[in-house]
Amino acid sequence: MNLTLKIWRQNGPDDKGGIHTYQVSGISQDMSFLEMLDVLNEQLNEKGEEPVAFDSDCREGICGMCSLMINGEAHGPEVTTTCQLHMRSFNDGDTITVEPWRAEPFPVIKDLVVDRSAFDRIIQSGGFISANTGSAPEANSVPAPRDKAMRAFNVATCIGCGACVAACPNGSASLFLGAKITHLGELPQGQPERWTRVVDMVGQHDHEGFGGCTNIGECAAACPKEIPLDVISQLNKDLRTALKNGH
Amino acid sequence: MKGSRAVRTTIALKLLMAVSGVLFIGFVLGHMYGNLKAFAGEGAFNEYAHHLRELGEPMLPHEGFLWIMRVGLIVAVIVHIACAVALWRRAAAARPVQYVAKKNAGSSLSSRTMRWGGITILVFVVWHLLNFTIVKVNPSNGETGGDNPYALLVDTFDLWWMTILYLLAMVALGLHLHHGTFSSLQTLGLTGSAVSRARARATGWIVAIVVAGGFSLVPLSVLVGIIEK
Repeated sequence: MNLTLKIWRQNGPDDKGGIHTYQVSGISQDMSFLEMLDVLNEQLNEKGEEPVAFDSDCREGICGMCSLMINGEAHGPEVTTTCQLHMRSFNDGDTITVEPWRAEPFPVIKDLVVDRSAFDRIIQSGGFISANTGSAPEANSVPAPRDKAMRAFNVATCIGCGACVAACPNGSASLFLGAKITHLGELPQGQPERWTRVVDMVGQHDHEGFGGCTNIGECAAACPKEIPLDVISQLNKDLRTALKNGH
Repeated sequence: MKGSRAVRTTIALKLLMAVSGVLFIGFVLGHMYGNLKAFAGEGAFNEYAHHLRELGEPMLPHEGFLWIMRVGLIVAVIVHIACAVALWRRAAAARPVQYVAKKNAGSSLSSRTMRWGGITILVFVVWHLLNFTIVKVNPSNGETGGDNPYALLVDTFDLWWMTILYLLAMVALGLHLHHGTFSSLQTLGLTGSAVSRARARATGWIVAIVVAGGFSLVPLSVLVGIIEK
């Protein structure tokens, strides 16, 4: 495959940045999108140019490190992470536009790499349960109804990649918040801190500069883990309950 | 952030938007029902308009019910707009650098036009009040006043461009209600499952079609001569 790549290059947080166009050839359709970028970077290295900086880690779709807005879609055209997106999803001769996540709380560090530590601070503000450490408790000592356990498990698949923010026209992280609130709020262990958790996490979300949700649904469509939109309803319901309880 | 207050969050703003929006849904449903009285003829329509002013008497003063409604709606409008402006500004600040390429993968047209659609409806409401309630601007016939609302209605929609203006406004209203109904239910936390979310979406369709369709029936019927003086 021969491709034309239009890639956002930005030499540091304060650089203005812009789109640069590159040609790559000899791309196999079995390569992942990141391997295709590796080929480009080898070409750039050989020519003595600065390679394109992008995030990646596990490259098996479970860590949440890779990102990229590909042709206007977070993680590209398939419901998966960029590392699990393969070049067979594209055609020979395609022009592919690659940009970093765009959000004020996700500042660009370099090229396609953004700083997502705002998510870490949201987790630190309440995305945990407080439990004494020690030997593992007996698994069945705290019963969890199966439907609640399944829902918690399904939304616990959120890898915090930030695709929801990148896809949202408002730059809101409500799907991420909703996933964490639902995950912990459905389980017995999450109950003691349930109301302070939602208020503190939403407070941190707003403080970081993420936008408000308008229930548009771009986030759920972009989520590589298929977190459904109803977690945002759960988030709103929990916040409303917290409000009623005086938090 | 430790020690955050629920009332200071963006979700609190959204809740205010949802509650004020639900009030508007109730109002437009009632207003649309009243308009359909035009099909029952001049007497029934004018009687209905007159009765709105007497509703609640003698417990309420003349036009008392109407003024309670008006004050309530004005407060709701102010709350709705103030929250929308605050959230719009936050959204703009949250994405200072735009994408070169951005696709819409999961959103409806109605959901993406809420803000400009809302402004369109606001401008229309000002025009509508000048036209029908304050009766200051009446392009069809300066003579027809508030004494005969039926005549005012027929005179107005006998003008083809007025009918088109109102129909366009109903398109804007229908789009706003389509997403607004669903969005308010989601914001109120009533769509916690796939089934309830599908029901909320269906409710959005029903409210939009019933309200925008019901409102449109009257001007269209005047234009084609089903309703006449």
